[in-house]
Amino acid sequence: MNLQELNQTEFPVPAELENNIAITSLSQLYNWGRRNSMWPMLFGLACCAIEMIATAASRFDFSRFGFEVMRATPRQADLMIVSGTVTKKMVVPIVRLYNQMPEPKYVLAMGACASGGGPFKEGYNVVSGMDKYLPVDVYVPGCPPTPQALLYGMIALQRKIDGQSIANGDDVPWYGVSSAEPTPVPVLGPDIIDPRQMDMIRRQAEAAASDMAGIGLRELPSITQVVTAQAAVEATADVAAPPVSTDALSFVLPTGGTPWAEAEDIREKRRQRALARKAMRATRRAASEEE
Amino acid sequence: MDNPAPAPERQLDTATVDEAIGFLRSEHADAVTLDDRDGYEGIIVEGGRLLDIARVIRDDLGFDYLSSATAVDYLGAGDHLEMVYHAYRTSGGGALVFKAQTDRENAEIPSLVSIWRGADFQEREAWDLMGIKFPGHPNLKRILMWEGFQGHPLRKDWREAYYEEEQKPFDSRWPGGHVHRAEEKNVFGKNVTYPPDIDLGRLMDTSESAVYQSLGLGVDVERIMDKDGFETNELVVNMGPHHPSTHGVFRMVLTVDGETVTSLEPVMGYLHRNHEKIGERNTYLHNIPFTDRLDYISSMGNNHGYVLAVEQLMSLGRKYNPPTYRCEALRVMMVELSRIVNHLWAIGFWLNDIGAFFTPVLYFVQERERILDFFEAVAGSRMMCNYMRFGGLFGDLPARIKSVSNLTNDRVRDYNTMQFLTEMINERIPRTIDDLERLLTQNEILLERSIGVGVLSREDAVNYSAAGPLLRGSGVAYDIRRAEPYSIYPELDFDVAVEEEGDMYARYRVRVAEMRESVRILKQILPRLEATAGESIWADGKPGAYAPRVPHGEAYGRVENGKGELGYYVVSAGGRGGSANPWRYHVRAPSFINLTPMGIMSRGHKVADIVGILGSIDIVLGETDR
Repeated sequence: MNLQELNQTEFPVPAELENNIAITSLSQLYNWGRRNSMWPMLFGLACCAIEMIATAASRFDFSRFGFEVMRATPRQADLMIVSGTVTKKMVVPIVRLYNQMPEPKYVLAMGACASGGGPFKEGYNVVSGMDKYLPVDVYVPGCPPTPQALLYGMIALQRKIDGQSIANGDDVPWYGVSSAEPTPVPVLGPDIIDPRQMDMIRRQAEAAASDMAGIGLRELPSITQVVTAQAAVEATADVAAPPVSTDALSFVLPTGGTPWAEAEDIREKRRQRALARKAMRATRRAASEEE
Repeated sequence: MDNPAPAPERQLDTATVDEAIGFLRSEHADAVTLDDRDGYEGIIVEGGRLLDIARVIRDDLGFDYLSSATAVDYLGAGDHLEMVYHAYRTSGGGALVFKAQTDRENAEIPSLVSIWRGADFQEREAWDLMGIKFPGHPNLKRILMWEGFQGHPLRKDWREAYYEEEQKPFDSRWPGGHVHRAEEKNVFGKNVTYPPDIDLGRLMDTSESAVYQSLGLGVDVERIMDKDGFETNELVVNMGPHHPSTHGVFRMVLTVDGETVTSLEPVMGYLHRNHEKIGERNTYLHNIPFTDRLDYISSMGNNHGYVLAVEQLMSLGRKYNPPTYRCEALRVMMVELSRIVNHLWAIGFWLNDIGAFFTPVLYFVQERERILDFFEAVAGSRMMCNYMRFGGLFGDLPARIKSVSNLTNDRVRDYNTMQFLTEMINERIPRTIDDLERLLTQNEILLERSIGVGVLSREDAVNYSAAGPLLRGSGVAYDIRRAEPYSIYPELDFDVAVEEEGDMYARYRVRVAEMRESVRILKQILPRLEATAGESIWADGKPGAYAPRVPHGEAYGRVENGKGELGYYVVSAGGRGGSANPWRYHVRAPSFINLTPMGIMSRGHKVADIVGILGSIDIVLGETDR
C-alpha cells in the first residue's frame, strides 16, 4: 500500500491543503504500520528453513517488505514461519512458543510438510500439518518453496492484514474484553495426545476398567461402525480389563466387499442431504421474493 | 599396540578381508560362521562371544573404525533380529562385516560401546526403533522417539497410524486408481491402545525435573535446581530445540559449573521423520527424492550414496549395465559442487556461532546461489535435485542455462552451459575461496576463538567413529574417495586434506583445503565433459530400468559427503524376479554419529564455545534425526 492509497478517503480536502494534510481511517494507518514491520521468529525446522535463510539473504532479501528483523525469542515476534516438517516430538515446543508470542500474531505454514504433512505424512512421528494444532494464516506450497514463493506468501499475509479492521472483533480478537486463551499444549504419552481429547481418553479408559465393552469407541464417526461391532466382540472376550483403542485399523476389516463402500454411502447421503438443503433454501428465497 | 605377540599381529592387521575372515573362522570356529545367505557377505558371530570377537577384530586384525551398526528385522525369514556391523581400517580397504543374531522376544545383544564408543548412539537407535537391548550400554535410552512411546517402530509387525499396506504402490492407487487415504479409515490418526490405568496427570507434569527426565543425564537435577540454597554454583542449562545456534531443532542439556561446562548431553529426534520406515514401504526409485531431504544442503551427494548401494545390489543380478563414463563424470561434478556448497554453508554458520554474525554468510550464500542456479537448470530444483538414477541420471546437461528464477538484473539469465561452468570453476569459486581466506584464515579474533577449542584427539576421533572434516581435522587421513574409491575418483588427481591439531581451527582449515581440492577435481572434470560431449548418460543409449527389481542380498554403499561418511545399508528380500522394495533401508548419517564425541569435546569449555564446537562439527538435522 503506497502513501497515495493510504490517503484515499471520501472526505474532501480543500485544494490549498492537499499536500499538507492526510486523512485516513485509523484501521488503515494502523495496518499500514503493522504490515510493514512484521518480525518473523528466527525459527527453522527443516529443509524449508534453508530456503527461508536464502530468502533473508541478499539476493532475495525479505527486508524489502518489512520482514527484516528476525527475533530468536517468541516474545518479540509477530510471525511464526513454520519452515519444515512438524514432528510429534517438536509440536510440543512449537505450541508453547506460539503461546508465548504476543498478539497480534500470525502463522505461515511454509512448504508441503507444514501445510499437510508432505512427503513424510505417513510417518509415525509426523504431524500432518501445523493446522492440526495452530491456526494457520497463509499456506505456501512447495517442497521446499522457492524464495520467490515464500515472498509471495509473505505478501499474501500483508494483504490479509490490509483487510483487517480494528472495528471488527473477529479480525482483531486481541482488542476483545477477555484475555486470549492459550492453545493447549500437546502431551507425549504412548503417542501424542491432544489435551482437548483428554476427557475422551479418560472416559474410554474408565469404561475399559469397568468392563463396559465397546463403549470406548462410541465417538467414532459412523464410517467405522463395522469395526466397532467387531471391537465389542473382542472386548467382551477379554474379561480382564481390556485395553481400549482409538485405532480403527487394529481390528480386522470384514473380508469380502470393499471396506470403503460404507464410507462412500455415507458421503453420498451427505451429498444428497446438502443438495436437499440447498434446494429448500432456493425455494424459500423464491417464496420470499414473490412476497 | 599392547599385544604380546607382535609378529603374527603385523601380518594380521594388513591381511585382506577374506584372510581376516579365514583367520576368525579357523581361530574361533565355535563362535564364527560364514554368512552364506544369497548375496550376503561377512560372518555371523555368536551373541555370547561378540565382545571377544569384536576385540580381536579391532586389536589383532586392525579394523579400528566401526563405520555402521544397525539392526534388521527378519520377520518371516528366520524370525530373528540381527545387528549388522561394518568395520574398516583407517588405513583404507574394504569392510569386515560381522553380524549377531537374537530372538525377536527378549532381544539382547552385548553392547560394543566398550570397544567402539562410536556404537553408542547407533545402539541407542537400535533399541529405540527395533527394541534390541544392549547389556553393558552406559545409557540405553530412547534417542529418536520420546521415552514412553509405545512400541519399536521399525519392527516389521509395527504399523504406523496411517498404515495402508506393506509396500508401495498401494493396490488402491495402482492400477485401480482409487485414492482412499489411510486417514479416512483411521479418523483419529492414532494406533495406540491406552492401558486402563493410564495416568494422564503424570504426563502433564511441567516441573523442572520433568524437562530432563528420561535423558540419563547422570546428574541429580533436583538437587542442582533446588532454589532454596545458594551454596551450589552448579546449574543445568537447557539449549534448544528452539535455539538460534543449534542449527535446527537440536537440543543440548548442559551441566555447568559457573561458566564452565562439566557435562553435555545431546538430545535429538525433534526432526525424526521416519525416513527408514517410509523407505521400506517405498520402491527403490521412490527413495531417491527422500534421500535429497536427508542432508538438505548437499542433496546430490545423498543421491550418489543411495544409487551406489542399489547399483551394488543390481549388479548381483544378470541384467545390469554400469553407468557410462560421462554419467560418472557428471555425478562427480555435481557431488563436488555440492561439497563446495556444503563447506561454504558450514563455515558461514560456524562464523555466525563464534560471533561474525551473518556478514560472511551473505557472501557465501551469494556464491551458493550461483551453484544452485546451475542445479536448477540441470535438475529442475534448487535444493532437492533428485538427479541421479540407477545406472544413470535424470538428464544430461542442457545446452544453455536459462534460469526461470533469476531476478531481472541477474547476469545468469541465458548462458552457454559449458561457458558458465568454466567461468564458475576457474574464476568465481576460487575467487570466493581466496576472499574467504584473506579475510578469515589469519583473522586475530577467529584465531583466538578457535585455536585449542573443542579438541578431539586422534584416538578418540577413530574410536568415536567420527567422519569427514571432524576426523581429518584430528589427523586421520581417511577420505573414502581414497580409502575405498568409487566412481572415477581413482583417476582424478587430488589430495586428502588433513590437519593434526583436532581443534575448531583445524576443522576450518580442512574445509577450506577441501574446497580447493574440489575445485581441482572440477577443473579435471571439465575436459572430460568436453571429450564425452554427445555421449549418452545411459549404458545402452536409452534409460535403464525405471523401477528396478533387485535380487536377494545386502549392500552397503558409502560416499564421502560434505559432512563425512554417508552410508546406505540396503537389504533386498529378493523373491521371484527380485523385489521392488527394500526390506531394510538404513542410513548411516555422519551428522548423527559425529555428535557422539560432542560431550567429550565440550567438557571444560565455556558456554559460549559450545555453539562454536557444534558449528565446527557441521550437523544438519534432517540427517541427524532422519
